[in-house]
Amino acid sequence: MTTTPPHPAVEIRDLHKSFGPLEVLKGIDFEVGHGEVVCVIGPSGSGKSTLLRCVNLLEEPTAGKIWVNGVEMTDPDVEIDAVRRGIGMVFQSFNLFPHLTVLDNLTIAQRRVLRRGRAEAERVARDNLERVGLTDKAGAYPAQLSGGQQQRVAIARSLSMDPKLMLFDEPTSALDPELVGDVLTVMRKLAEDGMTMMVVTHEMAFARDVADRVVFMDGGVVVEQGSPHDVLGAPQHERTRSFLSRVLDPTHVAQLGQPD
Amino acid sequence: MKLRRRQRERLSLWLQYLAFVVIVGAVIVAADWGRLREAFFRVDIIQSMFPTVITVALRNTVLYTLGAFAFGLVFGTLLALMRLSRVAPYRWVATAYIELFRGLPALLVLFLVGYGIPIAFPEREIPGGVFGSIAIGLGLTAAAYMAETIRAGIQAVPKGQMEAARTLGMSHFTAMRTIIIPQAFRVVIPPLTNELILLTKDSSLAYVLGVTAQTIEVTKFGRDTLNDRVNATPLLVAGFTYLIITLPLSQVVRRLELRYAKAR
Repeated sequence: MTTTPPHPAVEIRDLHKSFGPLEVLKGIDFEVGHGEVVCVIGPSGSGKSTLLRCVNLLEEPTAGKIWVNGVEMTDPDVEIDAVRRGIGMVFQSFNLFPHLTVLDNLTIAQRRVLRRGRAEAERVARDNLERVGLTDKAGAYPAQLSGGQQQRVAIARSLSMDPKLMLFDEPTSALDPELVGDVLTVMRKLAEDGMTMMVVTHEMAFARDVADRVVFMDGGVVVEQGSPHDVLGAPQHERTRSFLSRVLDPTHVAQLGQPD
Repeated sequence: MKLRRRQRERLSLWLQYLAFVVIVGAVIVAADWGRLREAFFRVDIIQSMFPTVITVALRNTVLYTLGAFAFGLVFGTLLALMRLSRVAPYRWVATAYIELFRGLPALLVLFLVGYGIPIAFPEREIPGGVFGSIAIGLGLTAAAYMAETIRAGIQAVPKGQMEAARTLGMSHFTAMRTIIIPQAFRVVIPPLTNELILLTKDSSLAYVLGVTAQTIEVTKFGRDTLNDRVNATPLLVAGFTYLIITLPLSQVVRRLELRYAKAR
C-alpha cells in the first residue's frame, strides 16, 4: 500500500466563471480524492464542461481557487505546462492530430515535453495502445479510424504522459451508439486500475456502475452529490428528479408535455 | 412562324459559335503571316539562344524565384504569427507592414532594396549579391501576401487542436510549431503555389539591379537578344521558357485542390 498524499487530487473552492455577462459557474466547492471516480451529470448549459475545463485551466476562472495534487492552478505564476503534464484530458471531439499517425499522436508530446527518447516513447505508446486494444492501428492515420477507435487512441495518448488525474469531457457524446461500449469499457478498466477520474457524461449506466460519486449540476451550482445509488436511485432534489426522468425516459415526458 | 423554346436556344447557340468563328477567322486571314514569321519566328535566332536560355537564364529565374519564395515564406509565417499574437504592438506592426507592402509595386521595393541598402549600410554587402537582393526585394512583397494566406490557414485549424496540444503539456510555441502550423500548411499549399507562379514572373524585374551575363534571367536575356538581332523572336522564346515552369506548377495546384476537396 502506498501512503495517501495529504491533499486531495482536486480541490476547488468557491469557483466562479463568467463569459461576459453570462455567469456559468456560481460558486463551486468540490473535491476529488485520490483514486476516486467522480461522474458529473446535469442538463446542457449547467456548467459541467466549464467546471472540467477550469480544472486544467483551459478556461481561466473568474474567481475562486483550484488545486490539483496540491499545486494551486489559479496561482498566476503557476508553471502551467508542467502541471498539465500530470492531467490527462479526453475531449468530446477526440482532437487527435490528423497529420500524424496513431503512434506519432502518442509519442509527440512524450518526446517534445517529457524529452523521452524515440525508443522509450514508442514502447510507452505501444503499451498504452494495448491497454485500449488498438495495437494493430499504430501506423494508421486518425481519419482511417472509426469514432470509437479515435476516442480510444485519444485516451491512450493522454495515458502515455503518465497522468495522475484524467478528465473526460463527454467522451462518448459524439459517437454512434454501437461504438459507445468500447470506449466505456476502456474507461471502466482504467477506473479499476485505480486512476483518479473526473467524468462529465450523459451515460447514466456508466455513472451508476463505475462512479464512486455522482455530482449533479444545474444552473452553475452543485445541486446534490453522493453515491450513485443515492443520487441516481433516490434523488433528494426536485431538479435532480426532473433531470433524471427526462434522461431515463425521454419519450414519456415529451408525451405528457410537462416541463417539471 | 414561332420557334419553340429549345429551337430558340439552339439557334442562339449556333449564332454565337458562328460569330466566334467569323471573328477569329477574319483575324487569322487578315494577319500578314509572312511578316509575322519574319519578326517573331526566326529559326536561326531560336537556335542561337540555346542552350544559354536554359542553362543560364532559366536557371537564374528559378534560383531568384526560389530565393524570394523561401524568404517570403519564412518572413510571411512570422508576420502571420504576429497578426495572431496576443501582444497588441505585434499585431499593429504586422498589419501595417502587410497593408504597406501589398500596396507598393514590387518593382519599387526591389529598387529600394537594391540601391537603398548599400547606401544605408555602406560597410556591408547584401549576402549573395544580386541573388540576395532579389530574394529580399521580391520576398518582402511576397511575405505580405503570404502572411495573409498563412494566417487564414492557421485559423482554419480547429481550436480543439491547440487545446489538445496544450493539455498534453506543450507550450504555445511548441504546439504551434509541431501541431498547428504543419496542418495550416496543408491547407495553404494551393494558394502558396499560386504565389510561387506570380514570383516566377516577378523575377523578371531583376533587370533593375543591373544583371550581368552570369546573373541574367529569362526576360532580360530575351530583351538583350532582341536588341542584338533587331528581331522579336527572343520574346517568343522567353515566353515559352516561362511556360516550362508555370504550366506544370498550375497542374500541381489543380491536383492539390482536387485532393483537398475530396478529403473534406
